[in-house]
Amino acid sequence: MECSGFCPPRSDAFPVGLRVLVVDDDPTWLKILEKMLKKCSYEVTTCGLAREALDLLRERKDGFDIVISDVNMPDMDGFKLLERVGIELDLPVIMMSVDGETSRVMKGVQHGACDYLLKPIRMKELKNIWQHVFRKRIHEVKETDSDCLEEIQIMSGSLSEFANDYYSFSMGDICSAKKRRKDAENKHDDREYSDISSIKKPRVVWTVDLHQKFVKAVNQIGFDKVGPKKILDLMGVPWLTRENVASHLQKYRLYLSRLQKGGELEDTSFAGVMGADVHPGDTADNIFLQSPTKVQHNDVRNANCGTSGKKRPVQNNDEKVHDGGKKEFDLVPVTEQMKPLRRDVLDSKKRSNQCLSSGNSFQLLSSDVPPTDPFASQYLWTAEYPQIQCKQESKSHLHLENKFNLSPKIQQNTRVNTTPASSYFSFRPANKKPDDLADLEVQGIREAPQGASKVDLFTIQSKSHLTSSQQYGQIPSPAWSIMNGSSAADHILLDDQLAQRNIVVSSGSDFSSKDTESLNHVLQGVHQPINVGIQEGQSFECIDPELLAAVTPLYVSLKFDYEYSFDSMEYPVLDQSLFIV
Amino acid sequence: MDRNQMNRQLANMRKALFDQGYLDEQFVQLEELQDDANPNFVEEVVTLFYRDSARLIQTMDQTLERNPLDFAKLDNNMHQFTGSCSSIGAKKVKHECSQFREYCRQRNGEGCRRTFQQMKKEYAILKKKLEVYFQYVRQVALLK
Repeated sequence: MECSGFCPPRSDAFPVGLRVLVVDDDPTWLKILEKMLKKCSYEVTTCGLAREALDLLRERKDGFDIVISDVNMPDMDGFKLLERVGIELDLPVIMMSVDGETSRVMKGVQHGACDYLLKPIRMKELKNIWQHVFRKRIHEVKETDSDCLEEIQIMSGSLSEFANDYYSFSMGDICSAKKRRKDAENKHDDREYSDISSIKKPRVVWTVDLHQKFVKAVNQIGFDKVGPKKILDLMGVPWLTRENVASHLQKYRLYLSRLQKGGELEDTSFAGVMGADVHPGDTADNIFLQSPTKVQHNDVRNANCGTSGKKRPVQNNDEKVHDGGKKEFDLVPVTEQMKPLRRDVLDSKKRSNQCLSSGNSFQLLSSDVPPTDPFASQYLWTAEYPQIQCKQESKSHLHLENKFNLSPKIQQNTRVNTTPASSYFSFRPANKKPDDLADLEVQGIREAPQGASKVDLFTIQSKSHLTSSQQYGQIPSPAWSIMNGSSAADHILLDDQLAQRNIVVSSGSDFSSKDTESLNHVLQGVHQPINVGIQEGQSFECIDPELLAAVTPLYVSLKFDYEYSFDSMEYPVLDQSLFIV
Repeated sequence: MDRNQMNRQLANMRKALFDQGYLDEQFVQLEELQDDANPNFVEEVVTLFYRDSARLIQTMDQTLERNPLDFAKLDNNMHQFTGSCSSIGAKKVKHECSQFREYCRQRNGEGCRRTFQQMKKEYAILKKKLEVYFQYVRQVALLK
């Protein structure tokens, strides 16, 4: 296979220099297509094997604009390649075949093909392939930006504190669960993604820090009006390109939209409910982390659900402070132990929701849980599951960490979502104090950026969002205020074995987390963002281990990419800051 | 024969290939791709085709000798082969390929074998014709 050298984008006018990768096992066609594409002034790379093509694509993530592949490849089904490319690399793919049967074409489209060409292919057909690249780009930039920025700057300052314990993970390590097609192929085979983990060289490493900047920028602009250029400008990261941001944004959006889809628990239930009072019986079965396995305490640290002004909801260290009502919450990094979350999550979803009792804390949000209260706080969920003392549940709840044997990469994802409009996720603490929560939801969360706006609060604006799918048992009202004294929530995305995830736990408002840093522990290993609802004044109680277990697998199965293949929301929350692509 | 005559001769040869149904529009596409950067592009592609497809034919030959016939495999192979044939515009050969696949679908082993032999014949005829043609092309090029 000839694979020509890396071709950086040319400076000529688009589409000149479009970088095309042609994959076909027929050498004759490969030669012809190469010549045709060259005549179109494109930069062509040819590959005779699907696997080689994938390797090449992964190696040079930014090296290609579009892929053209034959459907019948000897080493891998063309549709599968198509899927992979679409998911992992977010590149437009055109399929080719001598077979033009409707069913085949349909299959191609279903698998995400931008186009399906019949052989023999004419040069004029290839001339226009740039439209697919163009289309993709404009979709990415769809939102027009709008206005202000403000807080972003403020926040950037404070958020920078969250740098400790950041672990950056590379895109390559993140399995992108991006799935374009609608077909309910929720059966994401987690193993499938394991291949992706072999990706070694990401395009851009979206560190927690970077992602936070991104999220802040997005929040500032207003989610609906956001656009890559605006974000890029706000982020102020010189080496970052608009394209990087655009693709990151796309993934982020997908992630969010998945969350919003809510509905079935399915795999999403990322409601990281950690919790203080996990009520198994609660209908709000929102457990983000639902895994069949029990969560173990081991590394679960206590997080401070700082309702009562306790600090840091999440601690990455072994602080275990249990106050009446205040618990520290440490998320245990999720490690490889996290298994196919998704399935587990599903199962766990069925479990009772572990709602946190009103006094507490985290509640795992799962899609099952009907939103009870507005999420006032977001919980940070570090990879190390906090030791949540379940009031009602057994301590087993705290065995989160088992589930998440996160590698010590913890990423903190803190974002402050102060705009009600930005309805990313709102963790809704299923607390019984609606007023508190209500307050938190919109306003409380606004408070987040108070002093420490280090944390992003994601509030799900509409109940229809996550809330519908996730319910937080009781979410203590601003329990966590990651930000000092404010209801900031940290998102911690738990990363899975790929260690790409951050567990984001948003903490409730009241987290007077002076130690915001601790809040922002994002465990890389944690796969799932766990939304823990903390009720005001209460700390996490305990997390139902089952919940955690559920979440863990969910996390694991989550590809870091925002695009999760599950339809259901996976991360009810999160991910805003720790979205590392 | 002077150059004009040779050119005319070449043109006639070419026309005949099309008129007699040996080649189709795809061949013209190949010719259009030929340029200064690749002055012998068409010939190169045809050579590549014959080299690569020989392998496929061999596989199919072997598969046809088995008993019972593996129609799925045969169909699959022929599908591949058809794709290849379409690359140079081998019209008659392609026609036989479609026939073959039809027999595969009908699980008509005898039909398959018969058609396969027919296909090989057309395949060989075209090969010969194109060899002569390209030889002539080169000669004419030398004259220029």
